[in-house]
Amino acid sequence: MAEPQEPRARLTLTAKEYRSPVKPTWCPGCGDFGVLSAVYQAMAVLQLDPASTVVVSGIGCSSRLPFFVRSYGFQTAHGRVLPVATGIKMANPELTVIAVGGDGDGFSIGAGHLTHAVRRNPDITYIVMDNKVYGLTKGQTSPTSPVGFRTKSTPAGSADAPINPMAWVLASGVSFAARGFSGNPKQITDLVVQGVRHPGFAFVQVMSPCPTFNNTFDTWREKVAALPADHDADNWLQALAQAHREDAIPLGVYYRSTRQTLENHTHVTAHPLRGGEAPFDVRSLLLTYR
Amino acid sequence: MRDTLLLRLGGESGTDNVVSAGDVLTLSIARSGYHVHTFRTYPAEIRGGPVMFQLRMGVRPVASLGDKLDALMAFNEEAWHLHRTALRSDGLLVYDPEAMAAPKEVEGRAYAIPLQKLAADLNLRKGKNLVGLGALAALFGFDVQELQATVREKFGKSRPEFVESNRIAVLAGYQWVHDSPPTERPERLNAPDPSADKQSVMSGNQAIVAGALAAGCRFFAGYPITPASDILEEMAKRLPALGGACFQTEDEISAIGSVVGASIAGVKAMTATSGPGFSLMQEMLGLATMAEVPLVVVDSQRAGPSTGMPTKMEQSDLNISLYGGHGDAPRIVLAARSVEDSFYQAMQAFYLSETFQMPVVLLTDQSLAHRTCTLAMPNPDLVPVVQRLRPPAGATEYKRYELTESGVSPMGIPGFDRTPFTSTGLEHDEYGAPNYTPEMHSAQLDKRGRKFEIAADALCGLEAPLGCMTFGVPEEEATIGVLTWGSTAGVVQEAVEGLAAEGHPVAALIPAVINPLPAERVLRFARHLKAIIVPEVNRGRQFAAWVKAHTELHTISLTKYGGLPFTPTEVRAKILECMTAAPPSTKQRRAGGSREVNSG
Repeated sequence: MAEPQEPRARLTLTAKEYRSPVKPTWCPGCGDFGVLSAVYQAMAVLQLDPASTVVVSGIGCSSRLPFFVRSYGFQTAHGRVLPVATGIKMANPELTVIAVGGDGDGFSIGAGHLTHAVRRNPDITYIVMDNKVYGLTKGQTSPTSPVGFRTKSTPAGSADAPINPMAWVLASGVSFAARGFSGNPKQITDLVVQGVRHPGFAFVQVMSPCPTFNNTFDTWREKVAALPADHDADNWLQALAQAHREDAIPLGVYYRSTRQTLENHTHVTAHPLRGGEAPFDVRSLLLTYR
Repeated sequence: MRDTLLLRLGGESGTDNVVSAGDVLTLSIARSGYHVHTFRTYPAEIRGGPVMFQLRMGVRPVASLGDKLDALMAFNEEAWHLHRTALRSDGLLVYDPEAMAAPKEVEGRAYAIPLQKLAADLNLRKGKNLVGLGALAALFGFDVQELQATVREKFGKSRPEFVESNRIAVLAGYQWVHDSPPTERPERLNAPDPSADKQSVMSGNQAIVAGALAAGCRFFAGYPITPASDILEEMAKRLPALGGACFQTEDEISAIGSVVGASIAGVKAMTATSGPGFSLMQEMLGLATMAEVPLVVVDSQRAGPSTGMPTKMEQSDLNISLYGGHGDAPRIVLAARSVEDSFYQAMQAFYLSETFQMPVVLLTDQSLAHRTCTLAMPNPDLVPVVQRLRPPAGATEYKRYELTESGVSPMGIPGFDRTPFTSTGLEHDEYGAPNYTPEMHSAQLDKRGRKFEIAADALCGLEAPLGCMTFGVPEEEATIGVLTWGSTAGVVQEAVEGLAAEGHPVAALIPAVINPLPAERVLRFARHLKAIIVPEVNRGRQFAAWVKAHTELHTISLTKYGGLPFTPTEVRAKILECMTAAPPSTKQRRAGGSREVNSG
């Protein structure tokens, strides 16, 4: 049973080689294509071993992404990407774990998990493709949709104030938070690379328009802007102020700090497939109950 | 002199420290060489409300909680009113005259000890439980030195400053009985079992943890819920030293979610919960079925529905265990029947989940989860510790969900197998890619179904200790049969063995594997019977319906649903009633030659 972990193969993989044979199912012009190409690029920059990388997702258009990547993948249930990703990382911290999903998956049905994943700070990267609409179910309002957003489920306009995901994760104590725009895959590549390298939970929100149900491509292209040149990513209050800007959609690394990761505190140290686990005779345990 | 003795302590939660006194007494009695079996009820609130601890001890192993009390120690008047009907007609009431007046109906059998006053005289505000223990030791001839040592060990660590006064409190109770004994000395236990000195004293939940660890479980995630929280706490205590990990999640969905993740990463993983949490876990159980992820979920049942009665016993989660998920998603369901069996079934749950790459539900309940029992050393070698099937080393062409004959296909582990794939809750082809064609959905459903059917074939002949237990007269000599499940086993065992010893043709069959039900085994048991009684602690006759669905047997249900387990007398009475009832008027023949049992 004790079987040493295979040494990583010598990798000189190009971005193209991270493509799986499964063809993307997204609509033409979907912002998620930009994110996918950035994920390929980032994996190549990081030279991630496909056999030691797990891309985990929930349910939604963007959560199809793991199928298109040549690595281990797991599309879980709707909203449950972070618990599953956390379990994978705790069981084997040597794996690179990248979680992906959409705004409905992460901020609505999975909202209960986000704050807790953030505060636990497992060393995983979470890319949320935010299009402010439910695409896979054909265009209902989402937790980031604006007030008054008219959809088939909200014919009189949505009454709900949108969530501010960046402010939320900052308030939860995130150790790395960044924002990109699918119209700029090069920057997303850089943010994902930084996120994976960051020791702790890295939140990467990508503004990724849905051309079919909420085509915000042109408005967002006009509104996105780099974070101010003097933005200090060590300064939590500055990050929070940028998260609340209404005049622009600032892009870049909002905040970064280093604190204990979940795996630093607890993880499976004796992975059964790695060998060398302490011998355990349950009889000696049973004898302690006397 | 007698072979068993049944005591109950009743008082106020948070004031009388009934449970801590009961636990200490249990351990010291067990260390003296007696077999013990406890039952407890407590309010869902931390402070306030009645709490009860019942200890049955014997010179031989004690199968059930017993019936009427030989003695009741009431710390307050409410305890007397709550438990008066449980006291034998010749049983002894021990009470505190400052807390209540002597009840007239037990005149001559009521024994007053000023528990509170004796403790207060020692400046021990919370010491009346210890005074009570000392008194019980004197009344029933328990080894007071063993009791002193156990009190010191259990209470001395947290409050070393009270070690001496605790010692004196026990002695004060002991001395009081010595100085002012009751008019009639209560009957005492026979000498202990000399072979019982190596036994462990464990709760059902602790036995589940030990079994899981023996099976190789190295990851646990859970959310606090009564009566499963102590599995989380025990895992948190034990796992780090074994190189494992345990953590408390934000909810039960996250608990089972991280267990799914840990299993995907190659570590045997488990979660434990009770009804409300189990309801929340249903969706992820479906994902584990679809993606073929091995995992174990313990449901420590309590009275439902909804929040129900968190601290009360019920066997009413059978239906959700069997049918809780959407879609065609068969699950293996096991039910632990005793503390010892909790150990074996936890091991078996891992064996089955790893072998067949599917979730396994292990059912226990409040009465068994918190039942402490003496048990002889279980034999962990009875259940093989298995590793799941993995792709051959160096495999390049690899189909994670290959349509194999057995349905089981090799599962690659990230970081160890160089053949990545993506698993999903979507229907998928052999490689794991989404596929919604009629052919592939049927083929993959058949694959998952085949695993379950092969598991059924492998399990149908399983007898005790892992499989069907039988009690009473030899099956072919029985005319009345009792078929039950889960923690009701001990009560049925005691009732059936008692009647069989008196010459009644009664036998019991108690499977551990509820799904797949060993239907042929049940039919063989039923072949010569005139009636089958199915006792279970729920109103909906969930097990009886399940048995009927698989065997077409008509059974006689005996249900109880007040939050308390059966007593042996209740089961015995039903058996006797069926025995004297008119014989069945019609005897239909089944195609397989087995006879239907008429309910008469």
